[in-house]
Amino acid sequence: MKNSETIKSGLQPLIEIKGVKKKFGENEVLKGFDLQLFPKENVVILGKSGSGKTVLIKCLVGLVEPDEGAVHVLGQSIPDLNQHELDKIRKEVGFLFQGSALYDSMTLRENLQFPLRRHPERIKGENEEQAIRQILQSVGLEHAINLMPAELSGGMKRRAALARTLILRPQIILYDEPTTGLDPITANEIIGLMLKVQEQYDTASLIITHDMDFARVISNRIVILQDGINYTEGTYLELSKSQDPKVKAFFKDVQSRNQYG
Amino acid sequence: MDSILNRLRYSFEETGRVAAFAGRFFSEAFRRPFEWRELFRQCYLIGYQSLFLVAATGFIMGLVLTLQLRPTMIEFGAVANMPNMVSISFIREIGPMVTVLICAGKIGSGIGAELGSMRVTEQIDAMEVSGTNPFHFLVVTRIWACILMLPFLVIAADTVGLMGSFLVESTKGSVSMILYFDKAFSALSIGDVVPATIKSFFFGLVIGVVGCYKGYNSEKGTAGVGKAANTAVVLASLLLFLVDLLAVLIADIYYTI
Ligand SMILES: Nc1ncnc2c1ncn2[C@@H]1O[C@H](COP(=O)(O)OP(=O)(O)O)[C@@H](O)[C@H]1O
Ligand SMILES: [Mg+2]
Repeated sequence: MKNSETIKSGLQPLIEIKGVKKKFGENEVLKGFDLQLFPKENVVILGKSGSGKTVLIKCLVGLVEPDEGAVHVLGQSIPDLNQHELDKIRKEVGFLFQGSALYDSMTLRENLQFPLRRHPERIKGENEEQAIRQILQSVGLEHAINLMPAELSGGMKRRAALARTLILRPQIILYDEPTTGLDPITANEIIGLMLKVQEQYDTASLIITHDMDFARVISNRIVILQDGINYTEGTYLELSKSQDPKVKAFFKDVQSRNQYG
Repeated sequence: MDSILNRLRYSFEETGRVAAFAGRFFSEAFRRPFEWRELFRQCYLIGYQSLFLVAATGFIMGLVLTLQLRPTMIEFGAVANMPNMVSISFIREIGPMVTVLICAGKIGSGIGAELGSMRVTEQIDAMEVSGTNPFHFLVVTRIWACILMLPFLVIAADTVGLMGSFLVESTKGSVSMILYFDKAFSALSIGDVVPATIKSFFFGLVIGVVGCYKGYNSEKGTAGVGKAANTAVVLASLLLFLVDLLAVLIADIYYTI
């Protein structure tokens, strides 16, 4: 595992979030959150459910507008962009939604064609059908190209959604709980695919997860989102030794398993 | 007392939001690139889903109306004018109203539930990040499809309703098909057909706007989807009666001039 400090030194961050605040009515979700993501880095975001993890990564692609604070992606301030500039950034940032978010009324092929309608230049020189088949092959779904999302299993849906995210060849991928709701074997398949993608395309990723084993395998750095702020961050090893009860709570599962099982 | 005031305030606010949503539709209605494929798909779905139901209801209304009117018309010695009577009431009011209430239930709730579940499962967010404006792709096409298809459904209801009426007249009385429809059509003037058709476009607009508004702004969770579908029907039905009242008042001015 690479040390997080060596990655950081002398590099421009791909993503920089500073003092981001967001509230919905009376519900203050983010209260001044800070985060940086550097090239080729995998950062895991841990946080209880309802703590604002999804809201946070939606701020990065302009799906949620922060009330205060700065959000920079690839050097651009997201809240200040117009629609055209925003679309340009969005194709560099893949988003894997929590429930896969495949379009129900479209076949798998049409789901993959959809992002290409607006950004055909992303597969320049390639035949669209070939590009789609190739990406489906790399997630092991070539046989399912004509199926509807309702005909796919949970794991297949997640892989299909990953393929749809990858087809625009993004530099950064945001994963919203990519393994939640999957059985351990299927979850491991997804993790394997994510690692493969990372290697093949040199992407950087922000990964939201509750799965500590997964976090250990994939993260260069872990950020804990607690009480609306970046409560603490560090490598898996650093955080697992922490004496802070709020940090320890996240590692409790792992410890009890190591002790008793 | 307080809760009544609150509910009244909520109704006004909601009306304002629906109006703003409709305003956004008009501002994007002709924006390119137009999503022709999605529009045709929606027209097909909307027409196909409701045609049978609308026709069946229209047919029964034609039957019932004629059966109910018959004794009275005989009493006044006016039963020979039954085709004129039925065709005017069908074209002006019954056909549009039957169609519209069926469509508010069927199409309004269908759109509300579909867009609601797309909102809740983040499909709308997914469209947005992949560079397609979801309002343009989903909402504009659906509202256009409603506007375009409603008049056709109204015509279908009218036609089948007249057939239902003819069935009664030809069994109970002894009118030939040619005579019946000759009388039915000659009773109609432009002043009956045009306002009814214009009215139908507006009915389509209302059903489309309300269904899309409720679904597009659906609350989180599966309960939100049900609520979106349900409130879409209620609000659309209410607005449809208001639009109808307005249309009749305007047409009335036109008739008196
Ligand atoms: N569009 C919204 N409107 C109102 N409240 C929202 C909205 N999106 C998220 N929230 C609230 O923000 C909080 C954080 O949500 P979320 O980011 O989805 O949590 P999680 O960390 O589980 O991903 C929750 O309390 C949720 O109810
Ligand atoms: Mg979440």
